[in-house]
Amino acid sequence: MNYVTIINNQSISLNDIPEIQYFEFFELNLGLVQDAVQRHCVNYFGFPFDKRVKLFCCIADDSTHQIYVSSTIVTAQESLLSFSAKNFGFEKFEREIHENYGLKYKDHPWLKPVRYPKNRFDQSKTMANYPFFSIDSEELHEVAVGPIHAGIIEPGHFRFICNGEQILHLEIQLGYQHRGIEQQFLNKQKLLQRATLAESIAGDTVVGHTTAFSHIWESLVDFNLTRDIAYSRTIALELERIAIHTGDLSAVCTDIAYQLGSSVFGRLRTPIVNFMQEWGGNRLSKGLIRPERNQFPFTPELAARLTEILNIYEPDFLEMNEQMFNLPSVLSRFERTGVVSHEDVLSIGTVGMAARMSGLKRDIRQSHPYLLYSEIDHKPIVKNHGDVYSRVQIRKEEVKQSMKYIRTMLNNIPHINENSIDLKTPKPNSFAISLVEGWRGEICHCAITDEKGKLSHYKIKDPSFHNWLALAIAVRNNEISDFPICNKSFNLSYAGHDL
Amino acid sequence: MFNNLKIIYHQGKQFIPDVTTAQVPGIFRGRPIISTEKVDENELKDICPMDAISINPIRLDMGRCTFCGECARQFPRKIRFTKEYKISSNERERLVVQEGEDKPIEMNTQSRRKEIRSLFSQSLKLRQVSAGGDNSCEWELSASNNVQFDLSRFGIEFVASPRHSDGILVTGPINENMAKPLRIAYDAIPEPKLFILCGVDAISGGIFANSEVLERSVLNDIKIDLYIPGNPSHPLTIINGLVDFTRKK
Ligand code: SF4
Repeated sequence: MNYVTIINNQSISLNDIPEIQYFEFFELNLGLVQDAVQRHCVNYFGFPFDKRVKLFCCIADDSTHQIYVSSTIVTAQESLLSFSAKNFGFEKFEREIHENYGLKYKDHPWLKPVRYPKNRFDQSKTMANYPFFSIDSEELHEVAVGPIHAGIIEPGHFRFICNGEQILHLEIQLGYQHRGIEQQFLNKQKLLQRATLAESIAGDTVVGHTTAFSHIWESLVDFNLTRDIAYSRTIALELERIAIHTGDLSAVCTDIAYQLGSSVFGRLRTPIVNFMQEWGGNRLSKGLIRPERNQFPFTPELAARLTEILNIYEPDFLEMNEQMFNLPSVLSRFERTGVVSHEDVLSIGTVGMAARMSGLKRDIRQSHPYLLYSEIDHKPIVKNHGDVYSRVQIRKEEVKQSMKYIRTMLNNIPHINENSIDLKTPKPNSFAISLVEGWRGEICHCAITDEKGKLSHYKIKDPSFHNWLALAIAVRNNEISDFPICNKSFNLSYAGHDL
Repeated sequence: MFNNLKIIYHQGKQFIPDVTTAQVPGIFRGRPIISTEKVDENELKDICPMDAISINPIRLDMGRCTFCGECARQFPRKIRFTKEYKISSNERERLVVQEGEDKPIEMNTQSRRKEIRSLFSQSLKLRQVSAGGDNSCEWELSASNNVQFDLSRFGIEFVASPRHSDGILVTGPINENMAKPLRIAYDAIPEPKLFILCGVDAISGGIFANSEVLERSVLNDIKIDLYIPGNPSHPLTIINGLVDFTRKK
C-alpha cells in the first residue's frame, strides 16, 4: 500500500504514513479523486524539516467514511508537476505550499499568492504588488473595492473587470487578516492558550473550530470522549448553525433592501445567541468548548429554557420565511443570481453549503460522522440551482433541520460525568486529523507531534479556503450591483482563510 | 400588506427601552472583583491564557482578559465576575482591577479632550476597521445596531467612508497586512477625530500579543480615545462605552 487509511479523529504514528516518490504520490492522489465524486482532498500541506519539505495529502472518501493519507519528500530546488494542471481542486493547496516553502511547479495554471504569511518563502512579494489579472480593452473598466469595505466587515480586496454594469471577471486578493495563527499553535504551550487560539480562527465559527481542535487534541492524548461532552458539542454546533444562518438571512434581506426580513431575522438571531450566553457566558460561545472537559454541562434546566426559546422562535422564523419566499420582488433578486454550476463546484472542490447548493452532496456530519451525528442519521439538504436562491433555501431548511435534531436530543440529556482532569501529553511522532462540519462547511485540522510529543506542525483549513473561488465564479456575467447579495449568500470567512 | 402587519405584530416589543440599566440574562462575565483572600499567587497567574493577571498585588487587566472565566472557576473565592457590562474607559489604566477594590469602571472626563462632548454627544459617525479581527467583535458591532440594541437611537452610526466619519473604531490585533490600510483610513478622517479600540485583540493584541505578525507601531503617534474590553465586546458594553464617553458631563 502506498497510503494509509484512517478515519475522522484518528491519530496514527508518523511512521505508518507511507513516504513515496513524488511521481507516485502525484499519480496516487490524482488517481484517487479522478472521476470519483465521493472523494475529495480535505487537506494537502507541507511540513518543513531539514531544508526539505514533507508533503501530506489527505483524501476523504465519503462512501467508505475513510481518509487516505500519503506523503512524499521534496525540495525547493526541484520543479514539480502540479496536481492542479490535472485537477483544479488542488490549485489553492499548491499555491499555499508554493507561497510557504517556495516549491516550484512546472505547470501550475495560476500560481498566485494566497495570504502573504509573515514567514512566506519569497519576502519580495507584498500585499501592494499582487499580480492581478487584467484585460486590455477600451470597452472594459476595472473596479477596485477594499481592503476596507463599506460595512462592518472584515477586509479583503476585490478587483472587478466590468463591461458596463456587467462583471466579466472578479479576482479576490486575501491575506489582510493574517495573524500567523498556525505558528501560534506551536508557540503557545498551554492547552488553554491553544483553545483560546482555536476560538480566534474565525470568531463566527467558534464552536466549529474549537471542536476540531479539541478532537485533534483528544485523539493525540487518547482521551475517551464522554457522552455528555459529545452531547454538549453537538448541541452547540447546531445552535451555532441556527444563529448564523438566521443572521445570514437577515443580511441577504438587507442587501436587497427588504427591511422587514432584515429586521425580523436580525432580531430572531438574538434569542439564540443569548441562549449561548446563558449557557456559557458568551454570545459567540467563546469559553464554551474545552478539550478533555465539559466546561459548561448541559443541564435539564438549560434544556427547558432552550425548548422554550425554540418554541417562540420557530413560528416567527417560519412565518417570515413564508412571506419572504412568496414575494416576487425578493425572488427576482434571488433566482438565477450568482449561479455556480454543478461542473464548476465539482472542479473547484467546494465544500459545505457552497457544494450542496449545486447538487454536490458534501457534509461531514453524514460522510465522516463524529460526536452524536451517527445516531442522528443526518441527511444533508441539497439544492441544484447553485444560485442565491439555493443558498438561501439551504439556510432556511438547515435551521429547521437543526431545530429538529436539537429537540430530539433534548429528550435525552445524558448524565454529567464528573470532570477528572488528568492532563496527558500528546503521543510522540504522531499525525492526527479532525473534520467537523461547521455552519459554512468542512473544517479540517491536522497536527503533527515531534519525538517528545510537542506539536511540531498545526494545519488549519476553513471551508472558505475552497469556497472563495466559487464566489468569484458566481458573479461572472452578473450585474455588479448584485455583488453584495452574492457575497452575503456565501458569507465566507476572511479570518478563517487568512489564518 | 395584511401579512406584513401580522408579522410586525407577532414580533411584539423587541427593543430594549433602557440600554443603560438592562440586565443581561444567564451567566455574564463583566467587571471582575478580586477579594483579599490569600491564594497561591503564582498558580493563579499561571492559569490565565492571556497573561492578564499580575501579582503583588494581584491585578486583572481587562484590556488583556478574554473573559474565559478560568481564573474564577479555579479560585472562586478570589475572583468573581459581576454582571456589570459598563467596563469601557478612556484611560487604559482604568481597565486594571486590583484586589480588594470594588468600584465601577468609569470614564475620566478630566482627561477627555474638551471638544468631544460638545461635538460628538448628539451625533457620532464612526468608520469601523477590522485589522486582523476574527469577526466576533465585528458581529457584536452589527448587533449593537439591530432592532433590540438600537445604537442609532443615540445618533451613533457606522458609516461607509472615513471621509464621512468622526473617527475610527478598530477591531482585531492590528496585524502587519492591515497596518497600512488602517493608517490610510485614519489619515483620511477630518480633524478633530476619535480613535477607539474595541475588543481585547485591539486593546492589547489579545492572544496574539507579542506575535511578530502584529504591527502596532501605527498606534505610536495616535491618541487613543476609548477602550472597549471584551472578547467580543458585548453590545451593551459597546453602546454604554460610546454613550458615556461622548455624553458624560
Ligand atoms: S477570565 Fe481573564 S483573567 Fe481570568 S483566566 Fe480568563 S483571560 Fe485570564
